[in-house]
Amino acid sequence: MISQFFILSSKGDLLIYKDFRGDSGGRDVAELFYRKLTGLPDESPVVMVTTGGRGHHDDRHFIHIRHSGLYLVATTSENISPFSLLELLSRLATLLGDYCGSLGEATISRNVALVYELLDEVLDYGYVQTTSTEVLRNFIQTEAVVSKPFSLFDLSSVGLFGAETQQSKVAPSSAASRPVLSSRSDQSQKNEVFLDVVERLSVLIASNGSLLKVDVQGEIRLKSFLPSGSEMRIGLTEEFCVGKSELRGYGPGIRVDEVSFHSSVYLDEFESHRILRLQPPQGELTVMRYQLSDDLPSPLPFRLFPSVQWDRGSGRLQVYLKLRCDLPPKSQALNVRLHLPLPRGVVSLSQELSSPEQKAELGEGALRWDLPRVQGGSQLSGLFQMDVPGLPGPPGQGPSASAPLGLGPASLSFELPRHTCSGLQVRFLRLAFRPCGNANPHKWVRHLSHSDAYVIRI
Amino acid sequence: MPYLGSEDVVKELKKALCNPHIQADRLRYRSVIQRVIRMSKLDQWGQAEVLNFLLRYQPRSEEELFDILNLLDSFLKSSSPGVVMGATKLFLILAKKFPHVQTDVLMQVKGPLLAACSSESRELCFAALCHVRQILHSLPGHFSSHYKKFFCSYSEPHYIKLQKVEVLCELVNDENVQQVLEELRGYCTDVSADFAQAAILAIGGIARTYTDQCMQILTELLGLRQEHITTVVVQTFRDLAWLCPQCTEAVCQALPGCEENIQDSEGKQALIWLLGVHGKRIPNAPYVLEDFIENVKSETFPAVKMELLTAVLRLFFSRPAECQDMLGRLLHYCIEEEKDMAVRDRGLFYYRLLLAGISEAKQILCSPKSDPSLRLLEDQAERPVNSWALDFNTLVPVYGKARWATLSKCQGVEHHGPELPNTAAFPTSGPLIPEENKERVQELPDSGALMLIPNHQLTAECFEKTWLSLKVAHQQVFPWQGAVHPDTLQMALQVVNIQTIAMSRAGTQPWKAYLSAQDDTGCLFLTELLLEPANLQMQISVKQSEARTETLKSFISVLETVIGTIGDIKS
Repeated sequence: MISQFFILSSKGDLLIYKDFRGDSGGRDVAELFYRKLTGLPDESPVVMVTTGGRGHHDDRHFIHIRHSGLYLVATTSENISPFSLLELLSRLATLLGDYCGSLGEATISRNVALVYELLDEVLDYGYVQTTSTEVLRNFIQTEAVVSKPFSLFDLSSVGLFGAETQQSKVAPSSAASRPVLSSRSDQSQKNEVFLDVVERLSVLIASNGSLLKVDVQGEIRLKSFLPSGSEMRIGLTEEFCVGKSELRGYGPGIRVDEVSFHSSVYLDEFESHRILRLQPPQGELTVMRYQLSDDLPSPLPFRLFPSVQWDRGSGRLQVYLKLRCDLPPKSQALNVRLHLPLPRGVVSLSQELSSPEQKAELGEGALRWDLPRVQGGSQLSGLFQMDVPGLPGPPGQGPSASAPLGLGPASLSFELPRHTCSGLQVRFLRLAFRPCGNANPHKWVRHLSHSDAYVIRI
Repeated sequence: MPYLGSEDVVKELKKALCNPHIQADRLRYRSVIQRVIRMSKLDQWGQAEVLNFLLRYQPRSEEELFDILNLLDSFLKSSSPGVVMGATKLFLILAKKFPHVQTDVLMQVKGPLLAACSSESRELCFAALCHVRQILHSLPGHFSSHYKKFFCSYSEPHYIKLQKVEVLCELVNDENVQQVLEELRGYCTDVSADFAQAAILAIGGIARTYTDQCMQILTELLGLRQEHITTVVVQTFRDLAWLCPQCTEAVCQALPGCEENIQDSEGKQALIWLLGVHGKRIPNAPYVLEDFIENVKSETFPAVKMELLTAVLRLFFSRPAECQDMLGRLLHYCIEEEKDMAVRDRGLFYYRLLLAGISEAKQILCSPKSDPSLRLLEDQAERPVNSWALDFNTLVPVYGKARWATLSKCQGVEHHGPELPNTAAFPTSGPLIPEENKERVQELPDSGALMLIPNHQLTAECFEKTWLSLKVAHQQVFPWQGAVHPDTLQMALQVVNIQTIAMSRAGTQPWKAYLSAQDDTGCLFLTELLLEPANLQMQISVKQSEARTETLKSFISVLETVIGTIGDIKS
């Protein structure tokens, strides 16, 4: 049960404010919240704050999430479940995204009426009524205001809706960021389905090259613009096994540890043919989530071979990094960035890089090496020389191979379009139901892996 | 506005569950619950809400209880974390008398919790980590094999990193200690000073169990010569030297040279304290302190000056020749020139103490830190699941128990006036106690019997204070033969809800123990057991916070039974 809900822009402007129960101070609560938030030492805030000062709304708990630069905040005076509330807030974010096209300061302020209407229907006196797009569409009358017409070939704007990657330039179209339910009139025109398989990879490699931890968090996300009630079938790789013991097909198979499905998925064909059957509501939905740890079927996408020379006497530090990409030759990695923390007091950097499109620079006590594009099977290298005068080590003179304290661990961030680390692929996406005549629905199936934490100790 | 939720049946059921009349009629309420449990057509919000309603219901029999648990089992596998946590809480509370069921449930939610911990939503991840810490308080080994999931990644926000470090610190065991320490060592050189210091403190925490490995890492960190690292390392050294005397030697070897890299008050205090107390083993201790004395005029923190006074005086007792001169200078400065009254008074106090006689002053300042035969029992870290089951899936773990307590205290004061009658008007808000139970609860106070409350916790300081302020209410002597086995005695006392505050080691003479207990009216019983080696008897002295002879008598009879039983086992 929540008392108030409001949306703040990243600068603290109140975009939306709704009081559900009338038991609290009013709009200045939002300002109070922002003051609290910016008063915290850390740039990223903790999940909850209470107003400490004396006042009418003394015992209010603020619970907020940050989503695409906005703060979605709920206040409550009860000791309620944080999990449910956080889930509700992120569901609200998805809903707003569905109705307004995409979530952002501009879209929200253009669609204030629609947002209030939506909030009215979703929550009543602070209790959740429904968050299903299907039910809600019967009650929502306001049309979303869209800033510009969407063109299928406009590649410059926001891309992949699922993953929050650094630059999502890999998406085939920006059509995913149009409102789901806005245009009742031209509903038949754009029948599109987006299906994304997104994997987040976290890896930890020890300094001797042995693998300490691999963790893959995968999701199959669907955004459907089809009229609801249309059934679809998603075929996954047939060798897909769940759990350690199951064995399917010949060869290594594709194995995950745990799977969970959205409640609207029918699993009657899953056991036999690995087919997910569902009738998705319009909008966004996570069809399946899976995890895989410690046992990756394919080799890791990147290997780093560092060698460090440190001359204690003169304070000269030389780091030679060799990065090998073990993807299949046809694939490539995009936006690769290597981040290597350095000892304090590094003053200068000289570099020799293996190709001209790379860039390396010092910043915030770390070395940043940017590689915009790395082809599978290729090998890149960089030689970096630095002066570290402020690091007087023990008097052992001469060059030594051991790294000084404060160097490393290196972390990589990257995106791998058309590649999944677990090997899971969508074989097909079939729509059982052809919406009345005119056009075949467009189906977009995309695969993407990106790094969550790819850490290599030195 | 129309109710949009789920189907009509569900709506009706939800209404029924909230209706006080139906709640009052147990049969009707029960049938509603049966129907609720059997439904699966609720959306996740409805499920979470219904699970919350069910918390109020107390099953009549064990059979019914397990019936409910079986029917609700599927909720534990829901894809929504809110529902899973709601179900977990319900299970923990319903099965409060079946610890193995509780452990089983916690095993089952391990997967969902770990998934939430690595979820893409930072906020959800944070809430999950807080709950992991909560579980670890009761089941320390629960997540040990998944320690890698709690390694921090570079891009995570601060509040998550700090939580993860705490979790790592708590789940460490013999198998993973090497890996965890390696990981934590990497954090110590992090760009963010706060995070680096948190990691160092975590290593200091682990050092209480795995001293050698941690000492090595901490000593290495000193080699970095960075202020923010050195100061925290020295502070952990101070705590270690106090808590684990066996590592004093290593600390003393590592200390020289640190003084150049410490600028803040906390770090200086820790260093000066260490130099004062263990100065005998650090060759250059007097010279380091002398530097501090020379710069005392420009010192800004009074706390550092106080610490310096005490340290120099302590060192003077162990190394008089080197310290006499500088002690004189420091005392002169503090008494004549210092403007801070507390420092000045402290200086005067030490000066007069020295006038009273060197040996007396030494006895006062350098006597052992506490009675070595008395050791504080380890903080009972493994709290039972039931102590936090009610807080599970609420905001309490997210705020942290301590912070929540202060929060609710502030609120309580302001709200008591107007809100009390309100709660009385809603009989439904409290848990529904079945009629038989109610009768039993009412019966007990009438009979005048003594009821010691379980899980009564009194801190050692609190005990000491109360003990000194009370008079002995009763003294008695029980026959006793042979040696005492403290563990057995402590176990036996725990069975009858008597808490052991402190106890001598087995074989010490004279042997002492301090106990405490509290009855349901809030009356405290504090007890001292004393076993003189010569005569074969145990002397007990009981102090009581409220003078009531009947309860005192029954308490003593309880104690007598326990001691009699233990004595019998011995002989």
